[in-house]
Amino acid sequence: MVPDVQELYRQMARMRRFEEKLAELWNRGLISGEMHLGVGEEAVAAGVLAHLEEDDAMALDHRSTPPLVGRGVNMESLLLEMMGHPDGLCGGRGGHMHLFSKERLAASSGIVGSSAPLACGFALAARQLRPGKVAVAFFGEGAANQGMLLESFNLAVAWNLPVVFVCKDNRWAITTRSRSVTGGCLLRRARSFGLRAFRVDGTRVERVWATAGKAVGRARAGRGPGFILASCPRMEGHFLGDPMLRVFREPVRQTLEIGPPLARALLSRPLAALPARALHMGIIGKALATLGVEKYVLERDPLRRAAALLSEETRRRIEDEASREVEEAARAALAAVEGR
Amino acid sequence: MPEMTFAQAIDYALGEAMAADERVITLGEDVAMLRRELLVRFGPSRVLQAPISEAAFLAAGVGAAMAGLRPVVEIMMVDFIAVALDALLNQATKVRAFSGGKWNVPLVVRAACGGGYGDAGQHEQCLWGLLSGMPGISVLVPSNPADAAGLMLSAIQCDEPVVFLEHKLLSDYWLDYLGRGGRETVSFDVPEAGARGEVPKPPAPVPIGKAKKAREGRDIAMFGLGVSLHRCLEAAQELEKDGISAEVVDLRSACPLDREMILSSASRTGRVLVVDEDYAGYGLSGEVAALLSEEGLKVDFARVCAEEVVPYARSLEDEVLPNRRRIREAALRLCGGSA
Ligand SMILES: Cc1ncc(C[n+]2csc(CCOP(=O)(O)OP(=O)(O)O)c2C)c(N)n1
Ligand SMILES: [Mg+2]
Repeated sequence: MVPDVQELYRQMARMRRFEEKLAELWNRGLISGEMHLGVGEEAVAAGVLAHLEEDDAMALDHRSTPPLVGRGVNMESLLLEMMGHPDGLCGGRGGHMHLFSKERLAASSGIVGSSAPLACGFALAARQLRPGKVAVAFFGEGAANQGMLLESFNLAVAWNLPVVFVCKDNRWAITTRSRSVTGGCLLRRARSFGLRAFRVDGTRVERVWATAGKAVGRARAGRGPGFILASCPRMEGHFLGDPMLRVFREPVRQTLEIGPPLARALLSRPLAALPARALHMGIIGKALATLGVEKYVLERDPLRRAAALLSEETRRRIEDEASREVEEAARAALAAVEGR
Repeated sequence: MPEMTFAQAIDYALGEAMAADERVITLGEDVAMLRRELLVRFGPSRVLQAPISEAAFLAAGVGAAMAGLRPVVEIMMVDFIAVALDALLNQATKVRAFSGGKWNVPLVVRAACGGGYGDAGQHEQCLWGLLSGMPGISVLVPSNPADAAGLMLSAIQCDEPVVFLEHKLLSDYWLDYLGRGGRETVSFDVPEAGARGEVPKPPAPVPIGKAKKAREGRDIAMFGLGVSLHRCLEAAQELEKDGISAEVVDLRSACPLDREMILSSASRTGRVLVVDEDYAGYGLSGEVAALLSEEGLKVDFARVCAEEVVPYARSLEDEVLPNRRRIREAALRLCGGSA
C-alpha cells in the first residue's frame, strides 16, 4: 500500500487554511476565550484520519479543529460555532474547546486526558454495536501524565478494545517543558501496559499514514489496542496570544512588563543568597530560550514537508482549492454573524 | 498603603508567608512561569513544577501537610479539581475527624474560578457550593485586593484545609491569558474596585468566616461574593433611582458563612437576595435560605444564580451569569415593584 499523498496534502491544507482563518477571526475579536490551534499537527491528524471509516469514532482534546475538518464536519457550522452563533455546530453553546458532532461520533473536551477514557467507551460501544469499527483518542504528551489516561491504557488492554491512542508530542504543556516533569519514556510506558506502541515523526505525513495503518488495522481486526507517539511542532504557541511567544514577538513591551517585578523579586527581602536567586532566574531564561530556539530555529512545518513530495503545480492547485473552500465558508459565516 | 492589582496582592501575601515560614511551599502546573517572582526568591524546591497529574499532586499536598509542610497547591482552574476530588473529599477533610482530632491538614488549594470572558462552562465554573459541601473545609472567595491578600494569609495560617478561589475577571493575568490574549478587539466587564486597590503592608490577615458590609441600606439585603459582590453594588446604585435602598454584604467566604451578619442584615431589611455566580441548586443560595429558616426568620427571599451550564457565546453567557439587569429585576420584585 502506498499513501495518496495528494489526498493527504489536500486534507492538511484544508486544516491549515481553516485555522489561519480562525486566527484571523480571533484577532478581530470575533472568537472569544482561549483559542488553541492544531497548527503543526496536521500530518498527524491527516495520517490517522486517512484510515478511518464511516462510524469510526474520535475523542479529541483542546486542539480539535484539524481532525474535525479532516473528518468533513461542515466548515461554516464550525466557524459559526466559534463565533457563538445559534446556527453553529453546537448552537454557539460549546465553542472551540467543546465541539461535538454526533453524526460523526466526534467529541472534544478541554479537560486534559479525558479523551482517552472517552475513546475506550466509544470502542466498547463499537465492539458491541458496530463490529469492525474503531475509536481513536487524540491527546498531547502532557496529558500522558494524567491518571485517567494511564488507567485507560490498562482498560483498553484488559478489555482488548478496538482503540488507538494518538499522542501528539509537541514537547510542551503550556509553559512547561514536558520532559522536565515526566519520568521515563512514553513509548516504553505505553508498552509496559501491554499496548502495541509505535513511534513516528509526526511532521512526515506519509510516515504517520504508514504507522497509523498498522495500529488502526490491528484494532479493527480485534487484535488489540495501539499507541502512536507522534512528534510535532507547536507552531502557534499554546494558544493564540501566548504570552511566552509574545516575549519574542514584542520583546520591548514584554521586557518592560515582566522585567521590573522580576528584578524586584531578585532584590526583595530577606536578602539572602543572591547567587541562588540568579540561578533561579536562569530557570525562566532557559525555558524561554528553549522555546525560542525550537520555534525560530528548529521548527519543521509538516505542510512544507508534505508539499515537497508534490509537484509545484499540484501543490498550488490543492492550496487554491483549500483557500477557496475556507473563504466561501467564512464569507457565509460572517454574513450570518453580521446579519444578526 | 501601596496599590496593587488583585493578582499582585495574592502573590504578595503568599511571598510574605513563604519568607516568614519555610514550611510554606507552592506547587502546581506552570508555576515556574505563573509564580516566577516567587520562583526567583525561593527556588524550585519551594516553587514546584507539577505534571498534569492533579489527582496525585493534590493528594500529595495532603500528605505533605500531614507531615509538617504548609503547601499551597494550585489547581489552575477550579473546574479541573474534578479529576482530583478524592484528595479533598475523602482524604483532606477526613483526617481530623478520623484521627479523633489528633491529626490535621493545613492545606491550601488555590484555583482560578468564574466566567465573563467566553470560555464556556468547563473552564468558567465557580463550584464553591460543591466544595463547601464537604464538612471540615473552608472556601474563600475574595472580591478585592486587600481581602485577597488578607484571606490568603489566613488560609496559609489556618490548620485545616482551605480552598482559595481567585476570580478570573479580577485577576488581570488570568483574564489576559484566557480572555484577551493581548488583543485590543475584545472587552470585559471588569469591576475596577475589585481588580485594583490598596493593600496593607505588611499584609493583615482577614479572619475566615467574617463577612463585610459593603453598602448600607434599609429595604433589602443583597448577599454576594467575588465578582457577584460587585454586580450587587452596581445594581444597588441603579436601585437607588428606583427608590430602593439596598444593603450589600460581601460574604467573603462561601463556607463558613457569617451567620451573625447574615441574620442581622436580613432581619433589619426583611428582604434577602442572594447573588451567586455558582449554580442555583444545592449550593450557597440554598444554604443562606436554610440558615434564615433555621433561625425562624421570616423574610422575603430570592436568588440570582447560574441556572445552567455556562454557554460559550458571550451574549448567552452574559445572561446565565448574574448581571445588573437580573439583580435589579429580582430586587424590584422582592420589594413589590416591577422593572
Ligand atoms: C485536567 C486539566 N488540567 C489542566 C488543564 C489546563 N491545560 C490545558 S491545556 C494544558 C496542556 C496540555 O498539554 P498537552 O497535553 O501536551 O497538549 P498541548 O497543549 O501541548 O497540545 C493544560 C495544563 C486542563 N485543561 N485540564
Ligand atoms: Mg504538548
